[in-house]
Amino acid sequence: MIPASTERAGIPLVPDRKEPFLVRLLRRESTLAWLFLAPGLLILAIFMAYPFAYGIYISLTDALVGFSGTKVIWFENYQRLLDDPIFRKTVRNTFVYGFGTVPFKLVLGLSLALVLNQQFRFSRMFRAFLLLPWIVPTAISSLAFLMLYNGVLSPFSLVLKDWGIIEKNINFLGTPVNAIISLCVANIWRGIPFFGISILAGLQAVPDDLNEAAALDGANTWQRFWVVTWPVIQNITLISTLFSIIWTFADFQLIYVLTKGGPANSTHVFGTYSYQTLGYTDLGTAAAISLYMFPFLAVLAVVLLRFIRTDD
Amino acid sequence: MVGSNARRSRWLALYLPLTFFMVFLLFPFYWMLVVSLKPNTELLDTSVNPFLLASITLDHYSYLFTDTDFVRYTINTFVVTVGSTILSLSVSILIGYALGRFRFKGGSFMGALIFLCYLVPPTLLFIPLSQVVSNLGLYNSYWALILTYPTFLIPFASWLLMGYFRTIARDLEDAAKVDGASRLQAMWHIVLPLAMPGMLSAGIFCFTLGWNEFLYALVFMGSGEMKTVPVGVVTDLIRADVYFWGSLMAAGILGSVPVAVAYSFFVDNYISGMTAGATKG
Repeated sequence: MIPASTERAGIPLVPDRKEPFLVRLLRRESTLAWLFLAPGLLILAIFMAYPFAYGIYISLTDALVGFSGTKVIWFENYQRLLDDPIFRKTVRNTFVYGFGTVPFKLVLGLSLALVLNQQFRFSRMFRAFLLLPWIVPTAISSLAFLMLYNGVLSPFSLVLKDWGIIEKNINFLGTPVNAIISLCVANIWRGIPFFGISILAGLQAVPDDLNEAAALDGANTWQRFWVVTWPVIQNITLISTLFSIIWTFADFQLIYVLTKGGPANSTHVFGTYSYQTLGYTDLGTAAAISLYMFPFLAVLAVVLLRFIRTDD
Repeated sequence: MVGSNARRSRWLALYLPLTFFMVFLLFPFYWMLVVSLKPNTELLDTSVNPFLLASITLDHYSYLFTDTDFVRYTINTFVVTVGSTILSLSVSILIGYALGRFRFKGGSFMGALIFLCYLVPPTLLFIPLSQVVSNLGLYNSYWALILTYPTFLIPFASWLLMGYFRTIARDLEDAAKVDGASRLQAMWHIVLPLAMPGMLSAGIFCFTLGWNEFLYALVFMGSGEMKTVPVGVVTDLIRADVYFWGSLMAAGILGSVPVAVAYSFFVDNYISGMTAGATKG
């Protein structure tokens, strides 16, 4: 603090005179921080927080697309859904789809990472290629599966018929059980590279000398994996798993392209069933369907948050 | 003896699984490519090997350019993707910088909040968001997607950049400030150039996430010629007859090229970028 008397004494207060209020404010780290956060938070508030709250409101009304004059019916939409056989199937499918595919993606993705972590010629090129299922728009790669699963043209059917294993073409997407399995295979296919690449990133942190020391001590590959490698990649593996469950849970495009929830509404997940209901202009119910995801997502998010570093 | 043993284990640990993954993960792309180049007469002919090409045609590709809106869809997707990437990246650099380098009350809470936003899937928001978009008069315009894609691009890019900014030593900035540079000057001249790789990866990820988005594009910009490539291909090119597969697969190949190219150049950035700072050490 500069005593007030100095000013009266005529000594100019350099920082105060030269720096207007705004500049002094900007010198404070917290002001600048919030200023930096503001534009992004504004966008997220308008297009994320507000719609989320608005969605809760819509789900409590009998709103129809294109009609005004909605009234609040409280939890009627939610209640009606509990008795809706399609919705029940939707919930079951989502769990089958979310938890049934993740173990395969995890094990295969981990193997992929361990393979790609080795030194070999063109390894960079292989990495880039094997990432493709994850990178290419899912809607587009699903089209490839749409043809591979086609009742008439499927090359799998043609080959198996040729080998005499089956007599008629396989109806990959035509029966509920076949369709769910086909969807899961396509989902596993798409998810493996994500696990592969995140675990591969984790593997970079495995100390080579420790691995060599363990090898010299006579540890076999399996032992070295559990003692040296696994502790390092444990966290990233867990995080990838939680991410994958969330994404699979909330999936849309793959199912929309391959089955649209069919046959006979037997393969819906929350996203596709909500979209279909929106098509019937039943806005309130559609909003309720997708909001039913929220409790599951919230639990997964809280678990995930515990493993993520938010401070430094 | 030792040599053959090592060779055998090399086969078991590397070549065998690598072959499996190459076949399993790349077969659908191979199939797309083959079908997109196959004449229609061959497609339904069961006497020829379906995995090979007896002759090659570019008809399916030229059909896309002359008889469909594919070019228009591509332009739409570029506009939307580039627009939302620029918007998201600019605000995310600021957020990432603030969360990564400033110490302030509420900082780690905001970090957690941004992370939670990243976990909100489009399927949870698309119903009310469609109402917001139409109330703002944005339905079926580029702005519908340029403004809504940031809801998933900003959290992702901010999180990634926060990790990057944290890895840059504070001393450098402090030294610059001692030299008389203001905080903003230090940021602009010292920290941002060092964070270039991070910003590049964040930009590429935003681009690919935007390019691949499906649900918002389907619901907010899904009519007429305003469709994006993924939506247009799925809703327009699937027809009732059997002869659409060639052009459908051709569209799939072309629609994948931009993101595949973007990634193949930056695959190493991708690997380091995706997890930068996100995990407990």
